[in-house]
Amino acid sequence: MTGDIVQMGAYIGAGLACTGMGGAAVGVGHVVGNYISGALRNPSAAAGQTATMFIGIAFAEALGIFSFLVALLLMFAV
Amino acid sequence: MAADEKAKELAFKPMDQFNVEPFFGDGPVGIFTVTNATFWMALSILCVIGLLVLGTRGRAIIPNRVQSIAELAYGFIYKMVEDVSGKDGVKYFPYIMTLFIFIVFSNFLGLLPMAFTTTSHIAVTAVLAMLVWVSVTILGFVLHGFGFLKLFWLESAPLALRPILMVIEVISYFVRPVSHSIRLAGNMMAGHAVIKVFAAFAPMILISAGIGVVVTPLSILAITAIFALEVLVAFIQAYVFAILTCVYLKDALHPSH
Repeated sequence: MTGDIVQMGAYIGAGLACTGMGGAAVGVGHVVGNYISGALRNPSAAAGQTATMFIGIAFAEALGIFSFLVALLLMFAV
Repeated sequence: MAADEKAKELAFKPMDQFNVEPFFGDGPVGIFTVTNATFWMALSILCVIGLLVLGTRGRAIIPNRVQSIAELAYGFIYKMVEDVSGKDGVKYFPYIMTLFIFIVFSNFLGLLPMAFTTTSHIAVTAVLAMLVWVSVTILGFVLHGFGFLKLFWLESAPLALRPILMVIEVISYFVRPVSHSIRLAGNMMAGHAVIKVFAAFAPMILISAGIGVVVTPLSILAITAIFALEVLVAFIQAYVFAILTCVYLKDALHPSH
């Protein structure tokens, strides 16, 4: 077992940062699931709300992407 | 054999595909050096010209295949701008169409084997997002003067909550270019890196036949599945970039609600 303790911390931090992506997954699933359940109740209104769903997905997903970015920064930039 | 020796260990270099390298020779990278980034960017612009300029040159009443695709893309984005930004936003349709079509072609060309994904670089997407953010902010101030600041002062909220909401709104306004650019770059980068990680597992059968029999077919299957997902993501992220531009544009056009 040899190595740099700073690098170890960076790798552990990168792994921990990836748990944030789970939150993004939950968020995106929640958005789409609610869209589907709403769309099945009122299919005629569904087509008009697809854009709104994508906006919601984008906002939910952005935070997961941030955690991914933090992980990448820890792995390759720090 | 040299190839056999090389295959003895798995090569995990998922981020090497994003290196910007000179396209000709090995010289240093300056401002005017032709790199793989500039090459693929130029290629995507040539594809845009090929689709939209050459494809619609005939202006046939009964469109041929290329013209149909160009018209579909035009109509799709036009309807999106109209739906999200309203009738006033249609004036800014050419800009959003340019953004969408450039990003879509960069994303799809990046999916080709050995290709370089220009949109996987935050430098590229940050310029696109900063241009959107700056121009939308300037547009808001030009159209509404200081009334544009009503965007941060929510009239519909209770008076006591408004200062707190204002802080949140201001922060979220300034985070917009960051999230706008990182969303696109992060999605493209993540997908391509995952494909490369599975690609590194694929030659496992050359190292050990026992594990390789299981791992190699599985990883090839995974590459195929993730590639299919990436084709979807390449389109959706371009669409999301364009639709968020429309949302920001709507805020600049109608800041009071």
